[in-house]
Amino acid sequence: MKPRLTNPTLIAASAALLAGGAVTANAKVDAIDGAGATFPYPVYSKWAQAYKDEKGVKLNYQAIGSGGGIKQIKAKTVDFGASDAPLKQKELEKAGLMQFPAVMGGVVPVVNAPGVAKGDLTLDGKTFAKIYLGKIKKWNAPAIQKLNPDVDLPDKKITVVHRSDGSGTTWIFTSYLSKVSDAWKNGPGHAKSVAWPAGVGGKGNQGVASYVNRIKGSIGYVEYAYALQNDMAWVQMKNKAGGTVQPNIESFQSAASHADWKNAPGFYMVLTNEPGKESWPITAASYILMHKEQADPQVAQAVLKFYNWSYKQGDEMAKNLDYVPLPSGLIKQIRAKWESQLQGEDGSSVWPPK
Amino acid sequence: MNQAAESIPPVPGRSAGSRATPVGDTFFHGLTAVAAVLVLAIIAGIAVSLILGSAPALAEFGPGFLVSDVWNPVTNNFGAYVAIFGTLVTSAIAMVIAVPVSFGVALFISELAPAWLKRPISVAIELLAAVPSIIYGMWGLFVLAPVMADTIQPWLKTIFGDIPLLGVLVQGPPIGIGVFTAGVILAIMVIPFIASVMRDTFEVVPKVLKESAYATGATTWEVVRHIVLPYTRTGVVGGIMLGLGRALGETMAVTFVIGNSHNIHAGLFHPGNSIAATLANEFTEATGEIYTSALLALGLILFGITLIVLIAARLLLMRLQAGEGR
Repeated sequence: MKPRLTNPTLIAASAALLAGGAVTANAKVDAIDGAGATFPYPVYSKWAQAYKDEKGVKLNYQAIGSGGGIKQIKAKTVDFGASDAPLKQKELEKAGLMQFPAVMGGVVPVVNAPGVAKGDLTLDGKTFAKIYLGKIKKWNAPAIQKLNPDVDLPDKKITVVHRSDGSGTTWIFTSYLSKVSDAWKNGPGHAKSVAWPAGVGGKGNQGVASYVNRIKGSIGYVEYAYALQNDMAWVQMKNKAGGTVQPNIESFQSAASHADWKNAPGFYMVLTNEPGKESWPITAASYILMHKEQADPQVAQAVLKFYNWSYKQGDEMAKNLDYVPLPSGLIKQIRAKWESQLQGEDGSSVWPPK
Repeated sequence: MNQAAESIPPVPGRSAGSRATPVGDTFFHGLTAVAAVLVLAIIAGIAVSLILGSAPALAEFGPGFLVSDVWNPVTNNFGAYVAIFGTLVTSAIAMVIAVPVSFGVALFISELAPAWLKRPISVAIELLAAVPSIIYGMWGLFVLAPVMADTIQPWLKTIFGDIPLLGVLVQGPPIGIGVFTAGVILAIMVIPFIASVMRDTFEVVPKVLKESAYATGATTWEVVRHIVLPYTRTGVVGGIMLGLGRALGETMAVTFVIGNSHNIHAGLFHPGNSIAATLANEFTEATGEIYTSALLALGLILFGITLIVLIAARLLLMRLQAGEGR
């Protein structure tokens, strides 16, 4: 952007800057800082590396967790925050923030039960919630056996594994349980960390994965990528439409395509329990948060350029890491939001770059 | 451990009478005084910031915070009881195991081991102390937990399961992750600290004292009981307190194996939580003033527990010393 040198204060300010020897007005942004959700960290860092090779702009992303990301962007210590749990429109307005989805993924139930192989077991939401409420205590309980007539379920106690740290993954997972079970909704509820009625807590996706691998008869939930990378026995789910689905990129995309993004103020959208026979019921988008008013529009532009590039060039990289690219219609809406919502202090819009 | 400092003999070649204090001495005196006061200032600073930070939670929940076993981030209702309970119980398990073992190790090295064995054991103990706690945590999760689940816990259940009172302690699913395993890991972690302090103090017992006791026909046990222990009491208690302090505040290793569940059970095999583990788990994602404040209040409580332990140790030592004159 070109500063118009007609405003006397601007001239004075530039003069002062020049006198001080610090010419920052048109300096090229060569690094952007972000912090937040751990779930998209692998794909963000992959994108960042490719982007740096191509454009020479470095992205420093600290995976400190969704809550940390929200805190940091509110405190303006980073150029963008990242969160798996979107903020509601009201909260966005209060903090002067806007948000947009960057990438999608899914949460997958994983089990370690003797004789139960990957994709063998089928659960529906109600049964799943009862297991996490500690009401179904054994693998061969009638409710589970009824859903799995062909599986020889062991007469073994179920150990429930949940996250011990607050996390976006838990937020998505408890969102699903709250939608399918009133007992869950009115009990532990829906948040980044809840008062778990049963089980043991592992720190991080990796913690849950290793607890489930350690403890015989356990059930846990992890991000799809972790389930794949640790080669865990996942569970297929009965979805809202009554279809039985495996977790994979197609079923995540089906959930996203059934979502009504146009009528979601601030892109607030929780992709759990979406309609559609092919939809994975515990799908989620990961979000980026930025201040609407940008003191340094160049930095904001650099962040947007990075994500714009990722939307265009990053699909294959995301898929290779088991993430799900956003539908193209949604990306158009996101660019429109960038244009209408992000402004410099003088009111000029940050996007598209001139 | 003050006694040790007081009993240091005067520097040879420098008569106690000469009160000549050159500038260097005054400067050095000032420097050390500043260092000492700095420690007090830092502790006061920590206390003040913890008190200020926890004020909102303490105002909201009052003294009930200490005894409430609710920990619900959704309804913003918090209580410290589960975490305090877990902290104290895991430390107690650690002490029950570590103190006798450390005592045996230290005694063996200083009194009984043949000379060629002393060095290797001492070095091994010091190596154990140098292992970072996260390594203990990973080892606990990947090596100890499966052994606990498959062998030790079922075995303990068959032995103690039917005995009243003890049977309650071994309740819980034998999954290898829980309060008991955390206590065992802590024991392994604090043994080197307690043992090496004990060994060092045992070794400063003057040979002539022990030799005269042996000369009167005392057995090894009697020498230890009546000569070594009374002579080294301060060091022994100090070593135990050092170990207890570490056990109370240990974070990563406990987080790995305790199960991180805010539920309270009598059985030691159940998953639980400790103050330090709760802080490590939840601080980064704690949103909202009350949640953060409740975590800081937990920190304040841990600070208080440590303070109480240290005061209790001081009082114990004072009583022991008062009895020495008899």
